[in-house]
Amino acid sequence: MRALIYLVLTLCALFYMLPLYVMLVNSVKPLDEITGGGMMNLPQVFTLVPWARAWSSAQIGVEPTGLSPYFWNSIRMVVPAVAISTLLGALNGYVLTKWRFKYDTILFGLMLFACFIPFQVVLIPMARMLGLMGLAGTTRGLVLVHVVYGVGFTTLYFRNYYAFFPTELVRAAQIDGAGFFRIFWRILLPSSGPIAVVSIIWQFTNIWNDFLFGASFADANSQPMTVALNNLVQASHGVKEYNVHFAGAILAAMPTLLVYIVAGRYFVRGLMAGSVKG
Amino acid sequence: MGFLDIDNATKSYGSVRVLHNVDISVEEGEFLALVGPSGCGKSTLLNMIAGLEEITSGEIRIRGAVMNGVHPSKRNIAMVFQSYALYPNMTAGQNITFGLEMHGVPKARREQARQRVARLLQIEHLLNRKPGSLSGGQRQRVAMGRALVRNPDVFLFDEPLSNLDAKLRVDMRTEIKKLHQTLGTTVIYVTHDQIEAMTLSTRIAVMNGGYVQQLGKPQEIYDTPANIFVATFMGSPAMNVLPARVMMEGTAPVAETALHDGTPVRMPFSQANLAQWAGRDILLGIRPESITDENTADRTSGNIARLTNRVVITEPAGSDTFAIMTLGGRDVIARMRSDAKVAPGIDFTFAVNMEKAVAFDPETKERIAS
Repeated sequence: MRALIYLVLTLCALFYMLPLYVMLVNSVKPLDEITGGGMMNLPQVFTLVPWARAWSSAQIGVEPTGLSPYFWNSIRMVVPAVAISTLLGALNGYVLTKWRFKYDTILFGLMLFACFIPFQVVLIPMARMLGLMGLAGTTRGLVLVHVVYGVGFTTLYFRNYYAFFPTELVRAAQIDGAGFFRIFWRILLPSSGPIAVVSIIWQFTNIWNDFLFGASFADANSQPMTVALNNLVQASHGVKEYNVHFAGAILAAMPTLLVYIVAGRYFVRGLMAGSVKG
Repeated sequence: MGFLDIDNATKSYGSVRVLHNVDISVEEGEFLALVGPSGCGKSTLLNMIAGLEEITSGEIRIRGAVMNGVHPSKRNIAMVFQSYALYPNMTAGQNITFGLEMHGVPKARREQARQRVARLLQIEHLLNRKPGSLSGGQRQRVAMGRALVRNPDVFLFDEPLSNLDAKLRVDMRTEIKKLHQTLGTTVIYVTHDQIEAMTLSTRIAVMNGGYVQQLGKPQEIYDTPANIFVATFMGSPAMNVLPARVMMEGTAPVAETALHDGTPVRMPFSQANLAQWAGRDILLGIRPESITDENTADRTSGNIARLTNRVVITEPAGSDTFAIMTLGGRDVIARMRSDAKVAPGIDFTFAVNMEKAVAFDPETKERIAS
């Protein structure tokens, strides 16, 4: 019986891994092996040239820069956006649970609403806003958009986490003479590890993978990795270098994969925190 | 004017009033216990003294200074919470000195203060450990250390022992009493445990339904409870309260009630003024330890009544045996010596110390003053 379960699970896992296999295998083949029709085969000649080309010399739009400048664009966007939205979410959660005020649940409900607004709806008003603020076509503009969009989620996470954080601790700190921000920095934030990991993974994955905002609001100098990958794959002239496309796609997916591998076990733990006391 | 004055203080949430016109004046060095069942308003009152809850009306003064609206950290109070409320991310030592740090005390003096408190509470070896790795009793000590280190005018304790197991609770109770004797600081102590209140405090405020039912020395509260609530709340097992009628034998008032089979039985009162209640019904309050066998009856008492009644059940408790009988239609508990010859089903002659008996007005539930 146990063997059967393992067999089924293994088959499912293999099936699930199939696309990754195709990507990996084809990213290390010369192009003629792919166009020759052996997409499922292991490479006969192993080569890292497609990876090098995807990173540093493939044609992206009009420039043969490879994906590397866009990779750094993405980093410059995602790091501040994740940091700011997580910190704001934590601050919101702290206020909504420990400094309750009239209509705070209504306010929280409205913030939650932000989680359910589809991206497309805000495109035009957002473009107008960014234009008015002089942030159109900049990385800072993208950071702003992602912070605004993410803060609903991060607030939800932290509010639910802090709801189980003993209020007596806040009271003790008040008697000890700590003010609003000191209580936040010294007492709550250091105890927020698990939920911060959840927030960071969630935000990092979403912002890194975002295509729509990147394609809509960025110019050639601030385009994120996802948009550049699209431009690489959609190039309408010359030979389609599938092996380079595969390598580029893996490069684009790598950071989120790494974040999940490094912090993934905290992710589940953080999601469970709050539901079980302890 | 006292050291800590609670002057006509009330607390309302919206239209719901949870605390009614509380007047308590505490002298310096007193140990005041606020005791009552859950929801009686005792914790609310403590939080109002601490500044964690606003005062709806009335005043709270410490050393004559009005505290209404003053921030908790500026009241020179320290509080020990039920859950200890130790900061989980700091070591025990950092927990203790956090308040000093917030008040800008230089590091060297913080260090000194920490050592002094740690020695006093014998927690020197725990200072570098996080609260998560401490036992309940150790956390309790660290929480007290955090309160002690600031040399406050008033200590506020919010059910500090209720999370400890029974044995540790008794030990820590003694520790707190010793600490109070050593330091002589004023203490306000909230508990729902009447034994803690009795053993620790110099005065007790018994609260119920947002009212202070009685404020007085522990023995006063125990011997002359203001009403039936106080009488039955304080003491374990609770005071027996049974219906009786005041009759006259000559000029002396006696309580007439009924044995298990309905036979009337009379017990003379010690309070002569109960003659005014002749012919009327009262509720008679007798503590279990005032009903014993004849040999152990209090020899200093000038008024021992004897009655022979059927024993329904016995509950041996080691040090004592509790015998339960039916008197006036109620279950009445007698506290006997453990070697008393009582057994279920037998008729036994009990000695009732009527000097300690109290009478209550069945309408108002108030004690009839003697």
